[in-house]
Amino acid sequence: MAKNSARDIEVKAFATHHVITQPNPLRKVLRRVEEKDMDDPVGRAEQALAGLSSEFKDWMTTEVNRLSAAYVAIRNDGFTKDRRDELFLAAHDIKGDAATFGFPAAAGIAESLCRVIEHAPDLERVPAELFTHHINAILAIVHDNTRLDSLTVSTELNRRLRKVADEYLAHANRDRPEHLEVILAPSIVPAE
Amino acid sequence: MFRIDFNKLRFLICDDNPHMRRILRTLLHSFGAREVYEAEDGATALEMYSHYVPDIVITDWAMPIFDGLELAQMIRQPESKGNPYAPIIMLTGHSEKRRVTVARDAGVTEFLAKPISAKGLYQRILNVVASPRPFIKTKAYFGPDRRRNTNSAYMGPERRVGEKHEVLQQPSLLDKARSSI
Repeated sequence: MAKNSARDIEVKAFATHHVITQPNPLRKVLRRVEEKDMDDPVGRAEQALAGLSSEFKDWMTTEVNRLSAAYVAIRNDGFTKDRRDELFLAAHDIKGDAATFGFPAAAGIAESLCRVIEHAPDLERVPAELFTHHINAILAIVHDNTRLDSLTVSTELNRRLRKVADEYLAHANRDRPEHLEVILAPSIVPAE
Repeated sequence: MFRIDFNKLRFLICDDNPHMRRILRTLLHSFGAREVYEAEDGATALEMYSHYVPDIVITDWAMPIFDGLELAQMIRQPESKGNPYAPIIMLTGHSEKRRVTVARDAGVTEFLAKPISAKGLYQRILNVVASPRPFIKTKAYFGPDRRRNTNSAYMGPERRVGEKHEVLQQPSLLDKARSSI
């Protein structure tokens, strides 16, 4: 794709800022077509994604094993920054991936775990059960449940764990308004 | 109606999770893209950005060592030799409003919260291809215009000053660039 040269770039200077405009360098990839000639790239991509779905269970197993190993390291040797980061990243990946892989309740529980890791004032003082219940629930959903977990016990488990975690975080952060604000703020992701 | 010729676009995707990279690659190839480069961390992505000069960058946020936010900040260096204007789509599991604000302030063009969907990704790509926003440079920011809606009546503390009747005569970036050659 050709890039704009410096001559194409227009710069307007204002008191506090510059506004920089340039011809759209990607305009050449846009083609006007009749509706009848429009293909369906989104449908095609969804079909391709569905073609990967036979691998999702294995991928999810890899992700939860990583989470489990991260917590075992902490249980054995305590929190360090690296171990904390690994636990957070493992949970964060599950939060982002699990719904795509067909385990939406696991994604919700991983989100709750991420919030605990991110907002607890002192991770050493978080009751160990709060971690183990989250992690065991995710393991159980992935290892023992089917992927059609959204209307079953796992959804209720997700709801309850989130409630317990939020109550803990609200109490632990009662003197930290900036964290309370974030904890209580709604997600930008629409509810299912 | 518009169709995007994906086969003319060059993508760089950056995600430490190999499963998410595979999903992204699958979606982009299904859209019709041929050139999709992959990096598993921000540092590698930055090298690839300079080397391959992608048209669109899709990056995760949370990655070890050098994350997607830092990658965006490194790309959005107005004085850099590379292209500081490439659209950056941040694809992330972070889903809090404050995160969107932080990403926006780092110069991210579009924000896409996981779980990923083909439709969501396509719409973000369509936005950056069909409706690019001008870039703004202030003392503290360089990136796409953060205002998506025009509200001329807005008089709050963050209103930009100097527009229309208050234009100051300053050397433009272009003039500065020319004089430095």
